[in-house]
Amino acid sequence: MTHVAAPLPDGLSQEQMDAEVAKVQAGTDGAVHPPRGFPPYRSSTLRHPRQPLIPVRDPEAVELSGPAFGLTDVTALDRDLTRQHAGEPLGERITVTGRVTDRQGRPIRRQLVELWQANASGRYAHQLDQHPAPLDPNFTGFGRCLTDDEGRYSFTTIKPGAYPWRNHVNAWRPAHLHFSLFGTAFTQRLVTQMYFPGDPLFAHDPVLQSVTDPAARARLVAAYDHGLSVPEWSLGYRWDIVLDGPSATLFEEDR
Amino acid sequence: MSLVPTPSQTVGPFYGYALPFPGGAEVAPVGHPDLITVHGYVYDGAGQPVPDALLETWQPAPDGSRGGAPGSMRRDPVTGRIVGRDGVTFTGFGRIATDADGHYAVRTLPPGGVPYLCVLVFARGLLHHLYTRAYLRAEEDALLSAVPAERRGTLLAVEERPGTYRFDIRLQGPGETVFLDFG
Ligand SMILES: [Fe+3]
Repeated sequence: MTHVAAPLPDGLSQEQMDAEVAKVQAGTDGAVHPPRGFPPYRSSTLRHPRQPLIPVRDPEAVELSGPAFGLTDVTALDRDLTRQHAGEPLGERITVTGRVTDRQGRPIRRQLVELWQANASGRYAHQLDQHPAPLDPNFTGFGRCLTDDEGRYSFTTIKPGAYPWRNHVNAWRPAHLHFSLFGTAFTQRLVTQMYFPGDPLFAHDPVLQSVTDPAARARLVAAYDHGLSVPEWSLGYRWDIVLDGPSATLFEEDR
Repeated sequence: MSLVPTPSQTVGPFYGYALPFPGGAEVAPVGHPDLITVHGYVYDGAGQPVPDALLETWQPAPDGSRGGAPGSMRRDPVTGRIVGRDGVTFTGFGRIATDADGHYAVRTLPPGGVPYLCVLVFARGLLHHLYTRAYLRAEEDALLSAVPAERRGTLLAVEERPGTYRFDIRLQGPGETVFLDFG
């Protein structure tokens, strides 16, 4: 069966999109985070504020504290996305591990890390994902864990596939894992994506390229670590995460 | 030591089977007599409702404590699935996905010591989440004083009837909500 996609409202080719990305990036400095409005990422156009954010430098701000999670919130099996169904999921089994710290390098202890992802074919277990790639009955693609006393997290999963999206003609997302992290304060909250080293789609992806500084983009790419690979079992990746934003304790020290 | 933060990326459109959890909007213990409801719509810059936003709320307990409490996501010991809250603990943390009409509602208790709930917005199209506050009382504080008078109203929840507050979030355009930067 030939798959015929509906025409895109914005028929920009990849070459035109790459040029647009390069033009926007040329006008930016080395910011750590992506700008909230990044025109090449079409969905951002109507969904980001145009007024400047209002700074809050109040040491009494409630946001300098944050929610707590514990053993009742997570099971030991939640970190293994290959064990949620009766059979083995399809794909390349991987482990992903790393440390979560704050900007001062202090470990983020016993906080929640959530991971969600597409399956090995590049399809999400979500009703609205209509990419005509097979769903895997043995893979949902959601895991959780708590960091340990050194701030370490660890997941066993499968490597997700690249998938198309309708940002422009022939738009494909590089393989990625979505991560959600809690720090010791609400201000340290982070939702981000982890990428796999050497993916040829990096240069063509407006979501990754929304991080305009090359060094900052590199921090979203995990390292393959052969020492983490398990013989006859899985390939290992290491990805450390640094949470931004002040916390109640940091606030004292910064000022 | 000063480390460089990991960049933010969008939550995307497909978090729905992962992040929302049963009872995520039920922050108040079951049947609590002081329960309040905060609800509203999220709109984009064209005034259209945003059907795929994820909101998180955070607040002190009624006694003013800010430590939170584990137990937001109680799980079934047999299946491992999240089955909801324990029904008695006030954790201060809410997580609510907007509906197809861009509507959300959170049932909670009045925050102790401050007049506001902290609100965090994630959505497809937002490369970096947004912070705002839903003030339940127009009590002067450091933030409200710092906001230009003509924009202050975007932070004030309107009490529609006793215990029910309306708080709309406009991501862009006329009446754009005041969003916050904590540095
Ligand atoms: Fe994705």
